[in-house]
Amino acid sequence: MRARGLLGVAAAIVLLALADWALPQILNRYYLTILVRILVAVLAATSLQLVNGFTGQFSIGHAGFMAVGAYVSAAFSVYLGAGWLASLAAVLPAGIARLAYFPLPLLAGGLAASLAGLVVGVPSLRLRGDYLAIATLGFGEIIRIAILNVDTVGGARGFSLSAPAGVDLRYEGIGVIGAVVALSVFVMARLVYSAGGLAFRAVREDETAAEAMGIPTTRVKVEAFVVASFFAGVAGALFAHAEGYVHTNSFTFVRSFEIVAFVVLGGLGSLTGAALAAAVLTAAPELLRGLGEWRMILYSLLIIVTMILRPQGLLGSRELSLRWLRPRSTAVAGRPG
Amino acid sequence: MEQFLQQLLNGIAWGGIYALIALGYTMVYGVLRLINFAHGEVYMVGAMTGYYVAHALGLARQSSLAGLLVVLAAAMAVCALLGATIERVAYRPLRSAPRLAPLITAIGVSLLLQNAGQLVFGADPKFFPPLLQAREVLRVGALAVSNIQLTVVATALVLMAALQLVVMRTRFGRAMRAVSVDAPAAALMGVPVDRVITGTFVLGSALAAAAGILVGLSNPKIDPLMGLLPGLKAFVAAVLGGIGSIPGAMVGGLLLGIVETLVAGYLSSTYRDAIAFVILIAILLYRPTGLFGSEPAEKV
Repeated sequence: MRARGLLGVAAAIVLLALADWALPQILNRYYLTILVRILVAVLAATSLQLVNGFTGQFSIGHAGFMAVGAYVSAAFSVYLGAGWLASLAAVLPAGIARLAYFPLPLLAGGLAASLAGLVVGVPSLRLRGDYLAIATLGFGEIIRIAILNVDTVGGARGFSLSAPAGVDLRYEGIGVIGAVVALSVFVMARLVYSAGGLAFRAVREDETAAEAMGIPTTRVKVEAFVVASFFAGVAGALFAHAEGYVHTNSFTFVRSFEIVAFVVLGGLGSLTGAALAAAVLTAAPELLRGLGEWRMILYSLLIIVTMILRPQGLLGSRELSLRWLRPRSTAVAGRPG
Repeated sequence: MEQFLQQLLNGIAWGGIYALIALGYTMVYGVLRLINFAHGEVYMVGAMTGYYVAHALGLARQSSLAGLLVVLAAAMAVCALLGATIERVAYRPLRSAPRLAPLITAIGVSLLLQNAGQLVFGADPKFFPPLLQAREVLRVGALAVSNIQLTVVATALVLMAALQLVVMRTRFGRAMRAVSVDAPAAALMGVPVDRVITGTFVLGSALAAAAGILVGLSNPKIDPLMGLLPGLKAFVAAVLGGIGSIPGAMVGGLLLGIVETLVAGYLSSTYRDAIAFVILIAILLYRPTGLFGSEPAEKV
């Protein structure tokens, strides 16, 4: 078992390196950019699913936490990281120096966002239902407008990641970005489908009953919120470093709504559903580009019609998994994933 | 002091507009428990309709109160129809679906109207015709009151009073209140719930259209995305007053307009948009049901 695990890790690394090298050969910059945006959307959607789908607490301010992740990681890179990256690059080959450096801004962004999640979550999670949704929406906007007024990160001009010393802080390793997203989704899946994750779903199904069974519901909710914010922050950090430029316009409530739409269209309580919906809906406007002005109209119709035909979302609360491909008898009933 | 009064007056004019939009949010929430995110776009369509009607009827160049009333009525009628259509097509099929489903279609409808608006009206801002030529009608010391401010405030007040009459004094209003208390029970008592819900959308959308015209008068630049932020802020106003409460929406709208104008005037205009959300959070944390809301009974 252990040997197989190691083999798997080795295979993954080879695959990653191959993807990092091969994808830019096959795809032009335009497709690469879209691919990165899809990956970022997948991470944002799956992380929100943790709160909305698994804990049943409706949050609609997720873009605010992405913004925190994006800006903190960008500021980290520009003000601290540029020097480190330069000194790493002096002793190591450029590609490896980047690879060694890249996790730092991601962590910085994720941690800052999870801190923001804690600050927002503790007071808001006392609220229920629509009131919680409205509060998170408000916090998301407050975060964005606050950032807009901080001049050290560019204020209304936006914030560019081209470093003062001429160090290029952008990171476009598509394989690595994919790996970060895959690892994050994997961690979240382990979290919600482990024994501890049962508490999340217990809170979703019946808060009063969960409390009566001794589950500290407030703590569980805050935990889910903080973890979700962490990964939203990582998504923001990926976005910032791949694009090389961040602006608060990327994180308005419209963006938050979009992420909520991914979650609900994918199916509440399904990580793979959210990921699928995020991928399809991020790609859709690009695929429809040939339709010119009609594409956004078709896009919004797609949302409305899907919701009317499948109100429970594409996958409901089921997960997509390779287990579907196996004979029925080996699948464990009632345990998705 | 005069400066303060002047700001207060501007705030009241803006607040009246927020209040008119907020009423639509609060009424729909009252009967359906749905946050109708497409409501801001109905307001946009109201302003756009006013623009085209005024030009089509040749009212754009002349300054007359009658012309304004014609444009107002036309916009309200068009938006009433739009509101009823949205309800019929996008929300009614989801009446028994999980609660989040209609919220997502609301977002879809909002996107649809924005983009259809850009396609039909063009993405560039348009200039709302000066249906009323701005002039000063009243001066108290240094405080100048323009005919436009007066019209905006008066129209908002008349419409709110009319709504209050409809809700409190008509059969339809009683049915609406019954549905908002308990829809299944109202249905059992013979209230045609679907018709009442459509009627609620008609009323709310007509008021949003009026708000669109009033904004066009006082702030002539209109475009297909103009509904986004005012829509959201009117929603904040509805929450501030206590969502589901009609007097709450009126007071919430006025308060929000006044506070925003004062913040923009005395502190900093960059925080103008944030203040609505700060108020929102403060209200939610200290009095989640708003100023006029009542605590819903908790079901176990």
